[in-house]
Amino acid sequence: MEYRTKFGSLDSHDRGRVEPIDDDPRRYAFSNLFEVAASSKPYEKVAVAKNLQYAIEAIRAEGTSQWRVADHDETALVMDGEVTVELLDLADPNAVASGTEGSIGLDGDPKGTPMGHAVAGRGHMVLLPAHRAYRFAAEKPSVILLQTIQGRDTVERWATICQTMI
Amino acid sequence: MATKIATRETDERFGYQSFSIGEFTFSRDEYFAYIHWPTGQHVMSVDAFLRALQRDVAWDFFYGIVNFDNVLGTMNHYGKVDLFAGRFNEAYRKAELDHQETFVTEQIRPLFKSMLSDWTNEGFDPFASPAETGTAFGSKHGNNDEAVTRRRVTAERMVAVPGDEALRTDDNGHPINRQFADVAQDEPELHPAPGYENEVCGFNLFAYLSRSQVTWNPSVVAVCKESLYCPTTEEYILPIMHGNDRVEWFIQLSDEITWDVEDRETGAKRAKVVMRAGDVAAMPADIRHQGYSPKRSMLLVWENASGDIPEMIAQGKIPTVPVTF
Ligand SMILES: [Fe+2]
Repeated sequence: MEYRTKFGSLDSHDRGRVEPIDDDPRRYAFSNLFEVAASSKPYEKVAVAKNLQYAIEAIRAEGTSQWRVADHDETALVMDGEVTVELLDLADPNAVASGTEGSIGLDGDPKGTPMGHAVAGRGHMVLLPAHRAYRFAAEKPSVILLQTIQGRDTVERWATICQTMI
Repeated sequence: MATKIATRETDERFGYQSFSIGEFTFSRDEYFAYIHWPTGQHVMSVDAFLRALQRDVAWDFFYGIVNFDNVLGTMNHYGKVDLFAGRFNEAYRKAELDHQETFVTEQIRPLFKSMLSDWTNEGFDPFASPAETGTAFGSKHGNNDEAVTRRRVTAERMVAVPGDEALRTDDNGHPINRQFADVAQDEPELHPAPGYENEVCGFNLFAYLSRSQVTWNPSVVAVCKESLYCPTTEEYILPIMHGNDRVEWFIQLSDEITWDVEDRETGAKRAKVVMRAGDVAAMPADIRHQGYSPKRSMLLVWENASGDIPEMIAQGKIPTVPVTF
């Protein structure tokens, strides 16, 4: 028997659902990350999962992002398309204050030493090391799932993205 | 706290050891596991019992509650473990037939390990899908210690970072699973500048998961402080009902899983959750859940491993749901 593994994409995703028996579907914060990215602006950081300070963001990658940096490791998992991740060893060691949660945007082209880049396709995960600046580029609309801490640019719109009714 | 030392003896008829800890006793024959406690007794298919026991042992009692079924289970207090019968079953509670004893983890862990080793026969792998392993039944014949003592993957930063967890390959005993034969095996292109080879890191998570030999075994592949990505490959039924002591999140990476969700305390049905590729859902901290995966699927389980959470939830200092809107 030949098995077909079904992944989702921006163009093709088939959302499941909560079928409540004795519960409120909102308690499950049920969304679909492709649906979220399909209706997001490029590089908008929309939280699809949150556990106290920690967050997972669904990001629509399209064109080139700004440079960002965090005080902690993050990971980027490409769920659809192809994304180039550029890394920069920042000249300013204090670009992000110690203890900052989540990433912060950096203006323009920050000074530093280019560290190289990774080209990641569907299913590929790339490390975004603490204190290193990064930016994304995607020729076609792509989707990144970002493991991080909720930060100043994290967008929350649960009522829009989640199942609210039976 | 129970202090009675665990003991064991061998049953001459079937060749298996019987075990006791506190006032609980465990024994097995060709088909069943038998559990006795002062106010009752319980019987489970030994096949289902060993699959559940394997998870409890491999995860070191996991987060919160590992229900072997709707009667028997363990609750982790991270240093101590409750072993219970009927505690999360409304009928047992009402009849006051439920029973619970608390053991230090160092006491119950070796007993569970010994039981798993002694009761698992040659050819049966409790971590494998039923279609990929032999039978748990019959009189004692051999063992499968290699399978039941597998090392659990726990990355410190991310799989494939130099010095961290390695990739899976044919050569290190991880062939592509039959149900993931169509999963692309390409790796990201890495172009580090000289001197940055240890920092420009990436790997193909989907290919990595396609080479998992086990089912329903979340293992840590990426870390952001206490945020742990614990993806796993799922086929057939989760052998336990996991009772949460914190919010847990699922991101369905491929294919489809249906979850049965029940009240954590009583077992009353709360919801079914059907998850397809790209779906994201939280499991609240006051429920228990069991998943059904008709085709082998990839599930990203996401945990906040903070040791403070169970107490905060129990005291009502933080809600049982992740967000309100
Ligand atoms: Fe769980």
